[in-house]
Amino acid sequence: MYRSAQDLHATRERLRPVLEQRLQEGRPGPPAQVLVCTGLGCMSAGSQDVLKALKKEIRARGLDVAVTHTGCFGFCRMGPLAVVHPGGIFYTRLNAGHVPQLVRTHLAGGEPVEELLYRGPDGRAVLFMHDVPFFRRQTRVVMADAGLINPEDIEEYIARDGYLALAEALGSLAPEEVIDIVTRSGLRGRGGAGFPTGRKWAFAREAEAHPKYIVCNADEGDPGAFMDRAILEGNPHAVLEGMLIAGYAVGAGEGYIYVRAEYPLAVRRLEIAVRQARQAGLLGKSILGSDFGFDIDLCMGAGAFVCGEETALLRSAMGERGEPRPRPPFPAEAGLWGKPTVINNVETLANVPLILRRGWEWFAGIGTGRSKGTKIFSIAGQINNTGLVEVPMGTSLRTVVCDIGGGVPAGRRLKAVQTGGPSGGCIPAHLIDVPIDYESLAELGTIMGSGGLIVLDETNCMVDIARFYLAFAGEESCGQCTPCRIGVHRMVEILDRITGGRATESDLRELEDLARDIRETALCGLGQTAPNVVLSTLRYFRDEYLTHVRERRCPAGVCKPLLH
Amino acid sequence: MENRHYLVLDKFIEHYGGRPGGLVRILYKAQELFGYLSPEVQAYVAEKLDLPLSHIYGVATFYGQFRTKPRGKYGIGVCLGTACYVKDAQAVLERLRAALGIREGETTPDGLFWLHTTRCLGACSLSPVVVVNEDVVGEVTPEAAVELVRRCREAEKVEEVERVPERPGPPRDARAAPPGP
Repeated sequence: MYRSAQDLHATRERLRPVLEQRLQEGRPGPPAQVLVCTGLGCMSAGSQDVLKALKKEIRARGLDVAVTHTGCFGFCRMGPLAVVHPGGIFYTRLNAGHVPQLVRTHLAGGEPVEELLYRGPDGRAVLFMHDVPFFRRQTRVVMADAGLINPEDIEEYIARDGYLALAEALGSLAPEEVIDIVTRSGLRGRGGAGFPTGRKWAFAREAEAHPKYIVCNADEGDPGAFMDRAILEGNPHAVLEGMLIAGYAVGAGEGYIYVRAEYPLAVRRLEIAVRQARQAGLLGKSILGSDFGFDIDLCMGAGAFVCGEETALLRSAMGERGEPRPRPPFPAEAGLWGKPTVINNVETLANVPLILRRGWEWFAGIGTGRSKGTKIFSIAGQINNTGLVEVPMGTSLRTVVCDIGGGVPAGRRLKAVQTGGPSGGCIPAHLIDVPIDYESLAELGTIMGSGGLIVLDETNCMVDIARFYLAFAGEESCGQCTPCRIGVHRMVEILDRITGGRATESDLRELEDLARDIRETALCGLGQTAPNVVLSTLRYFRDEYLTHVRERRCPAGVCKPLLH
Repeated sequence: MENRHYLVLDKFIEHYGGRPGGLVRILYKAQELFGYLSPEVQAYVAEKLDLPLSHIYGVATFYGQFRTKPRGKYGIGVCLGTACYVKDAQAVLERLRAALGIREGETTPDGLFWLHTTRCLGACSLSPVVVVNEDVVGEVTPEAAVELVRRCREAEKVEEVERVPERPGPPRDARAAPPGP
């Protein structure tokens, strides 16, 4: 039980030597700890077997080396990953068969196993994790602890100053002061729309109705986005602490995490985190000796993309069909059971404890004019280093895709980067120097979205990609409003004609007209943004559409009916 | 067997019945117990929660995770998230269709395989991805997908040999069979 900030400090001090050992990047000593990534990517590649084999082998040899499993390091392409501390010696693509050699040579013998180290494009082995180019160019703030601590042990989170921001808020800040700090930091919603978080909280605080609720939107539905999954799996307590602080700031006593069913591992880790936080007295009544009480429960999504839209999410969380409703009223005024409700995304909430701990000035000092802090991007598709990348807002797309992401494989040419999932658009290769911030992306006709970047190369057909996203939106339409239910399907039919070699140029005009109409008239964000991907590909790749229509040819060689 | 499932479900309904989003959790549990949400199970939940059957049906059919038809023991899901799509998950799906002789959403006549597509599993770094029941398998070629099916069949043969006739195992009729592990 933690009854005060002093109790938190005591745990932190007790675990300090263990944690500090993991932070001695580049200063190796006798191997004392091995961290093994158990994020979804590494787990699917077999990291559980590596973990088991390591424990067995170390025990058999009677070595004094601790083995800990952590959340996602972000370099999913190279999994299963493991790091030996002190020093941070970085092993990639491990399997259980490598373990005896790793234990014998490195853990017992003190000599790193060169053939298991990461090798860069130049073929040279890199010894330390922080020297790997993929990590060196990142600013890992929110992701920093995901590959550093055991996500199933609340004490390791506390050892990294966890729950101290909450303690400070409860001990020395008025709720209004907390909101003021978040507002000044410039934090904006990481789920897609980029609404200022502090303002959202202020609305909910000012609302007169009670009780109030905090909802964490963990329904990461954008295909190709997985940063929230990594946070939930790798550092779930950061999200809980963010929710607690939000609850204190707006005067809410209950919180719900709406998490999608496709993430069973995230659900498991959240359940463990909530249970541990309750046992530790960090959820429940009179938290840390204050008169503030707060509890958190999980709500399970059930496979409906539209539930990422906040009004649909609320209905779904109340056990109904996830059908959106028009706004206003906004959830901050009328949310769960008609009461004021703050809905924040996972990454947004994970930023909150950091802002309180390090000060709003620190946060506002990262990023650009109106886009502050860092942003985590998931890069996937035609890219060498698939994984999660955290960089300051305003970093150029080129840095993320070419430098950190390692560019397009097999010498093929970059064609475009799709951002913002089914609500976003495509940025063509010649605009790759755009700084990634909310405004710059909007100018190019796309959105930040939740941070999924899908890299496309010359083997991908832009019309086919547009059709893919639009068909997705059509399938996920809840069916309430006509523009989305019928209009999107009409657009898919036109795209079918184009990719099937049966279209005329008047089809292109109709496609654009429909796109504009749906954007203006659909009920919710899903419908309003569904045509974006068509409008953006028409804007930058009209020639490719025209080749399909006039020459009955698919330049990328994807559309089967057009292959001669 | 069935009765025992209902007893477990009763306990679950008692616990989650009054809670927000409880219905979704209850339907998950029912699906886990019975394999799918049959009209009988939906009616049972409706009665227990004192909600109209239309409400239960509305929720059960709104969400992609709920099934109102029985499925095979091995669920083979092909992820059709964007990252998988651009890495040609379609080819994997087509090969599986051919190998199993069914289309997505269908179960093989022997009740063994249920082919389906999934939304993004967030395992984009391993794309294209196939999920066998709960296990995510990455970087799957069409050939590797067929190999997965073969391995399931082999596991099944082993189970068949090990199965003692008297042992009260899962019913052989796929309609009542619980989902795989």
